[in-house]
Amino acid sequence: MQKLRDWDPQVVADVIEFRGETTVVVPAQHLLRACEYLISEPSLRFSFLSDLTVVDRFPIEPRFEMNYHLLSLDRKERLRLRVKISGPEPAVASVTPLWPTANWHEREAFDLFGVRFNGHPDLTRILMPDEWEGYPLRKDYPVEGFR
Amino acid sequence: MTIETPAGPAQPMVLNMGPQHPSTHGVLRVILELDGETVLSAKSVIGYLHTGIEKSCESKTYSQCITLTDRIDYLSPLSNNLGFCLAAEKLIGIEVPKRAQYIRVLLTELTRISSHLVWLGTHAIDLGAMSVFLYCFREREEIMKIYEYISGQRMMTSYFRIGGLALEPPPGWLDRVQRVVDAMPGHIDEYETLLTENRIWKARTVGVGILSKQDAIAMGISGPLLRASGVPYDVRKMFPYSSYEEFDFEMKTDDGADCYARYKVRVAEMRESLKIIRQAMNKIPADGPFRADVPGVIPPSREEMKTSIEGLIYHFKIFTEGFAPPPGEVYQAIESPRGELGTFIASDGTPKPYRVKFRAPSFVNLQSLPNLCVGRLIADVVACIGTTDIVLGEVDR
Repeated sequence: MQKLRDWDPQVVADVIEFRGETTVVVPAQHLLRACEYLISEPSLRFSFLSDLTVVDRFPIEPRFEMNYHLLSLDRKERLRLRVKISGPEPAVASVTPLWPTANWHEREAFDLFGVRFNGHPDLTRILMPDEWEGYPLRKDYPVEGFR
Repeated sequence: MTIETPAGPAQPMVLNMGPQHPSTHGVLRVILELDGETVLSAKSVIGYLHTGIEKSCESKTYSQCITLTDRIDYLSPLSNNLGFCLAAEKLIGIEVPKRAQYIRVLLTELTRISSHLVWLGTHAIDLGAMSVFLYCFREREEIMKIYEYISGQRMMTSYFRIGGLALEPPPGWLDRVQRVVDAMPGHIDEYETLLTENRIWKARTVGVGILSKQDAIAMGISGPLLRASGVPYDVRKMFPYSSYEEFDFEMKTDDGADCYARYKVRVAEMRESLKIIRQAMNKIPADGPFRADVPGVIPPSREEMKTSIEGLIYHFKIFTEGFAPPPGEVYQAIESPRGELGTFIASDGTPKPYRVKFRAPSFVNLQSLPNLCVGRLIADVVACIGTTDIVLGEVDR
């Protein structure tokens, strides 16, 4: 984390420590650069993307929090990157070129939250039917669905 | 290769495999593009079992969510219970008594064996070895009986609760575990005599579904699939939870990276699980608390609830409105039979989780299907789906 800050202080907007987990808040425009650095820097090597998930903070703006759970297999360390993007048409750069595993994770985020990933090779619904309207995991989507 | 026919050049054939197909282990649809029998591309279509578990969790209290976790990966309910409970405990900051931790370890390892048995049986029947299936289910039944004995349920156990266990395990349960542990090594030998050197088995699995080390890491693969590609990553070793660091077991890896290597890794894992269970049986103290004592979060004992006013108030409050953890986010990974099962909980300081996300290993592992089967014959697709060991309930959640 300190390394990330030394490399480019602009990348680190905030650092949150909670229950032994580190979260680095990254401005959306720096996300790809930061990820590239975290993967390629020999002393970090976060080569494994465990998970990618969205939290909808409706009605707070910026509304969507993207959480990237990174894992370094060599250094046995986890790191969470967080990017805040605003709704109702959220968009963020896709990390699929860096971690191919992000493909389905991003499709799921698009399907359930309506987050668009620029540069994603095949951004289509994955869990819901193709003709589904609305994004079910958003907070303004009722649990029982629209009637 | 294109063949000229009177109607023009031959086109590749598109074949729908599933959603109703016995070898897809549930409702998975794979759209295959075929040139003769060779697979040109494979596209998985999922979502047929999507039940919105993550959304449902947001309208339930933390304790109520546990019953939903059983239904994610219905072949290893206790692993899911453990993942969610550990995440919630981390969020609240609860230390679970050692006795409960060891019992958890013992039961999740039993779950691993029973899940691998289902995998082995169904994978073998897919590839034509009928009898292994019957043997595996016979042994799994014994493990199901243990579940039933301790929790009252064969499948949807919900036995782990936040802070410990749901109930004191009934007397004599360890004898039943002992019987299974004594019998299993012989049974595993039996499967191995049927399969390991079997020429048909080897012809169907050796060199089939190769997943290189680099691809496996790039695709986020975890669990036996990753270890069979030669990457030594096991959450139990790398980030020990529930006292796994006190247990002596080996992480089995293999460099074969094919279906046969995955078979060997999983069989070896069953033997390692037995080792862990034996150690756990010696470690579990005969008596002691089975859940932590945190008033307001963990329900008081029955006796306390009946005799003290504080107990009664806490009992009432926990079961009507739940408890409120501090705001924040946690991610807790465990090694489920299929790989890294992550539970992400975001709390906003209310008694209901603000967002729950399950990082389902099957979901991520299934993504590698094209890597495994493109360029191979259609019969190998069956082997490749079997070897990824997916549970569609977990893929779709």
